[in-house]
Amino acid sequence: MVPLNWYLMLSAVVFSIGVFGFLTRRNIIIMFMSLELMLNAVNISLVSFSHYLQDMRGVILVFFIVTVAAAEAAIGLAIIIALFRNKTTANVDEMNEMKG
Amino acid sequence: MLPKLFFGYFAVAITALSLLVVTRRNPVHSVMWMLLMFFNLASMYLFLNAEFIAAIQVIVYAGAILVLFLFVVLLLNLREELQTNRFIRAWPAGLVIALALLASIFFSISSFVPGISGRYTNDYVQKETFTKVLGQVLYTEYLFPFEIASVILLISIIGAIVLAKKRTRS
Repeated sequence: MVPLNWYLMLSAVVFSIGVFGFLTRRNIIIMFMSLELMLNAVNISLVSFSHYLQDMRGVILVFFIVTVAAAEAAIGLAIIIALFRNKTTANVDEMNEMKG
Repeated sequence: MLPKLFFGYFAVAITALSLLVVTRRNPVHSVMWMLLMFFNLASMYLFLNAEFIAAIQVIVYAGAILVLFLFVVLLLNLREELQTNRFIRAWPAGLVIALALLASIFFSISSFVPGISGRYTNDYVQKETFTKVLGQVLYTEYLFPFEIASVILLISIIGAIVLAKKRTRS
């Protein structure tokens, strides 16, 4: 039997990779994908908690996270398209209209 | 022994594929590596006896969200992005922050104490099938959050149409 801690460590590693990608990349699509990576890391730990603690609530939380991730992807990609129509770039450093 | 071997494969594959996702220069390559990572993740959910979650991982994440990503990448013309720097200039700072987060989570995991087990034992779930048990809990105890989720999806549909619609100048 694989210990629960191993799943939590895998989840932590994937979450940190997502944080690294979000902080260091400036392409808005790849930043968005790092966000999805972090959500998936949380899903790993929730499913393993649900399996090891023999409770269904973790899996139900995963169900809602997937729903919210789908909604977030639709809205976020629509915002990206709207931004690209105005600026013709996917680099977030060049989107600075709202400063001061 | 065999479960640990399987877990080792999934851990190495998922970590390597997520690293590939955040380090590729071309967003299309990133999306493709992410597709592979989602399939590995789905098989790991099967390994954890969560077959319904594995199915929605493939259907919703790989089938819907990544196709949406791919459409947007193909819709935007990212030719000039391929010549720019891959990371920001201060990327070591991002690496330090991510490693510090990883270290703090690792140290807190070592002092983790699991709570009391619930009543859905593995034998019970296997006898009743996972999807049936999930449905029974979802439609009784979590009916109200389920309805709210449908409202969130409706709002996201309307929002996506409003945001992505081309404004016609009159």
